[in-house]
Amino acid sequence: MSALLGLHRLSKSWFGVPAVTDMTLEIPAGICLGMIGENGAGKSTLMNMIGGVVTPTSGSMTWRGEPYDPKTPADAKASGIAFIHQELNLFTNLTVAENIFIDEFPRRLGLIDKAQMIGRTRALLDRLNLHAEPETPVGSLAPGERQLVEIAKALHREAALIIFDEPTTSLTARETEKLFETIRGLRADGATIVYISHILGEVKALSDHLAVLRDGHLVDEGPIERFDIPAMINAMIGRELSAIYPPRSSQPADEVVLEADGLSQAGVVEDICFKLHRGEILGVFGLMGSGRSELARMIFGVDPTGSGTLFMHDQPVTGDTRERIARGMAFVTENRREEGLMMDATISDNLSLVTIEDYGRPPVALIDRERLKARTEGVRDEVRIKAANIATQAARALSGGNQQKVVIGKWLLGAPQLFILDEPTRGVDVGAKHEIYTIIDKLAASGSAVLLISSELEELMGTCDRILVMAQGEITGEFAKNDFSEAAIIAAAFKEVAA
Amino acid sequence: MTGPLASNPVGRSFDPAALAARYSAVLILLLIVAGFAIAEPAFLSADTMGNTFKQASFIGIAAVGMVFVLLTAGIDLSVGSIMYLGPLLAGIAMRDMEVGVTGALLISVLAGAVMGGINAFFVVVLRIIPFITTLATLFLFRGFGAYLTSSRQLDFPDEVRSFGLAVVFGVPMPVIVFAIIVAAAYIILVHTPLGRQIYAFGNDAEGARKAGLPTARLQAFVYIASGMCASLAGFVLISQIGRLDTGFGEGREFSVIAAAVLGGASLFGGVGGAFSAVIGALTIQTVQAGLVYTGINLYLQPLLLGLVIFIAVLLDGLRQARLDDTRRRIIRPFVSAPASMSSPATRTTKEPSP
Repeated sequence: MSALLGLHRLSKSWFGVPAVTDMTLEIPAGICLGMIGENGAGKSTLMNMIGGVVTPTSGSMTWRGEPYDPKTPADAKASGIAFIHQELNLFTNLTVAENIFIDEFPRRLGLIDKAQMIGRTRALLDRLNLHAEPETPVGSLAPGERQLVEIAKALHREAALIIFDEPTTSLTARETEKLFETIRGLRADGATIVYISHILGEVKALSDHLAVLRDGHLVDEGPIERFDIPAMINAMIGRELSAIYPPRSSQPADEVVLEADGLSQAGVVEDICFKLHRGEILGVFGLMGSGRSELARMIFGVDPTGSGTLFMHDQPVTGDTRERIARGMAFVTENRREEGLMMDATISDNLSLVTIEDYGRPPVALIDRERLKARTEGVRDEVRIKAANIATQAARALSGGNQQKVVIGKWLLGAPQLFILDEPTRGVDVGAKHEIYTIIDKLAASGSAVLLISSELEELMGTCDRILVMAQGEITGEFAKNDFSEAAIIAAAFKEVAA
Repeated sequence: MTGPLASNPVGRSFDPAALAARYSAVLILLLIVAGFAIAEPAFLSADTMGNTFKQASFIGIAAVGMVFVLLTAGIDLSVGSIMYLGPLLAGIAMRDMEVGVTGALLISVLAGAVMGGINAFFVVVLRIIPFITTLATLFLFRGFGAYLTSSRQLDFPDEVRSFGLAVVFGVPMPVIVFAIIVAAAYIILVHTPLGRQIYAFGNDAEGARKAGLPTARLQAFVYIASGMCASLAGFVLISQIGRLDTGFGEGREFSVIAAAVLGGASLFGGVGGAFSAVIGALTIQTVQAGLVYTGINLYLQPLLLGLVIFIAVLLDGLRQARLDDTRRRIIRPFVSAPASMSSPATRTTKEPSP
């Protein structure tokens, strides 16, 4: 048996929802396997099963022909499997050498044998062509150098299988090139590589075998020569647009509500320009880490903006979030639970949070309970929150969909001109999704401009008038409703040319 | 991490701001000494300085233990009570069981270890946050001592004082003990796997768990170390006074924490070293002694001491903000990629080709 790692009908579901289904795949020793798939295709779940982070619901794995059933990440490590994640696992206050040896220092007389540690580290760094001193603190290294330290850790443990998960997202072109050289070198030395990336060109250049995942299934697999980039994209998509989207009931006006002119922030986004009109639903699509949520936070003034100007009704927008709310911005965050709601407070309190100051009654601004109640009840009907009593029921008691309606409703109270919705249907069941799409349509019909950020392309194609595509912090495409094409949009999100 | 303060590694080593931040604790101490020396030149006399050092030992010894706890981003509020209960148990053993000075010292340290172990049990096993745990044991330990003594003072035999007031080669006993503890802490923190793993844990607890480090053991160790140091500190001071009052050590936890932080240990974990305790304890003692020496209004002194501590904590906060800044999620390279390396089309047009 030549397979280094074998997966046999491996499945994992979360509370009955399948994430990975019946995955059977053999990874022969010495190859570089490229792995691609959209967000939610099941790549992370699969890797977590291999890494001992999650336990499969059914199926089995083999490692060097023996049954392999890792219970903890340490088991995977001990077997000789190493992970290089996008988010590195390094201690910035320790030196390069200490990071490599942190779980097993060479010792002499009970103390750390520094000379040996530094010598062995230097040998590892030389192999990787990293010209850093073993005693440099990791905190002072550049992202690319840190990644090489992470690889040095894998080398040090003599890992037979090294899995790279989106390793190049924070690397410069030169660092990426160097990483590729290193990976090729590792392969030449006999290591087996799994390379997961959203950057298809990289996968194509680096791999000799490709696995394509979609909706938890392995949908295609074969030697890399069989796939050109359009074929890769086609293999990843291929779903029917379902009928859960209500038709748009209004047309955007010509009046520009929001205009971004060259928004940039080093390391996050670069030169973002767009215009958003009154009554328009503008979608922002991008893969994970493309900068879409960061852009939303910048517009709302939560994160700083490096350069560029934001205009609202032709007036430059400066000032903090509070001021931006006063000028008519509303923001529905992607983290409903942590940032959007006070879970233990009542629905009414949540609804009135943003606008509570408007209900103060002179002379000492005590709250006008009657008026507030009338208004919150009104909003409750408007967004159809399903709750017995909004004055006594806690937000926690609501379903995900109804919680999201509360978040939208609390902004509705202030009648904002611009709605920024970040993943408004995440974790919401299909029925509630439909209701949220209807609310979004109504917002636009009543004259608000809507910026809808989502990682679900279907959803954007079903609800938006126009879609902007982001990749690596840049806008890489803009599509009007008539030009919506799943392949072209995905291609832009993967920063590739559509053929 | 070779410098004595083992301070934060923000920026490259040639960055003057980073260098100043790294040695800010020493700079502050030197500034304070210089300030008092200008106001009162006699402040620099060997006598005064020696005395300051000796008096700093008490807080310093306990601060060494506190540095261990702070390195894990924890806190130990119970040290003031441990300073009381540890020596108390040793004193009772001397009175009732005729234990000698060495035995009493060992009992004291052992009692400190047990009390630290109790803190560790709550923090590590029951996962109660350190602040709450040690706030509770602060009352618990002192309450137990009050029960044992019925709030009466305890007199120690004379031999204890002859130990406490001993001078070896011109060096007073408290300073010797302090030096031994600092040396031991330095070796543990810098030269043992345990020490380096404590730093790792303080830098990223989740990462330490993922790396398979024995995190429970690391955390337990720091609280036990803190208990031992606090109890030893108490015994060293008691052995100079010769008796133990019920209020002994009360409120000292704040001087101890302040000393560790003044010396460069961070409340956010991962930053600090054995010498933080030395620098910090010296700073606090220098301010106290200097204020007395220069005859500043007695009622103004706590205010000024508070101000110094406030500045130290403020600096720690600023340093942490800078660290957080460097840890921000980065999703694209800072340097724009040269055209040759980026993918064929960095910017697709509105119309996709058919």
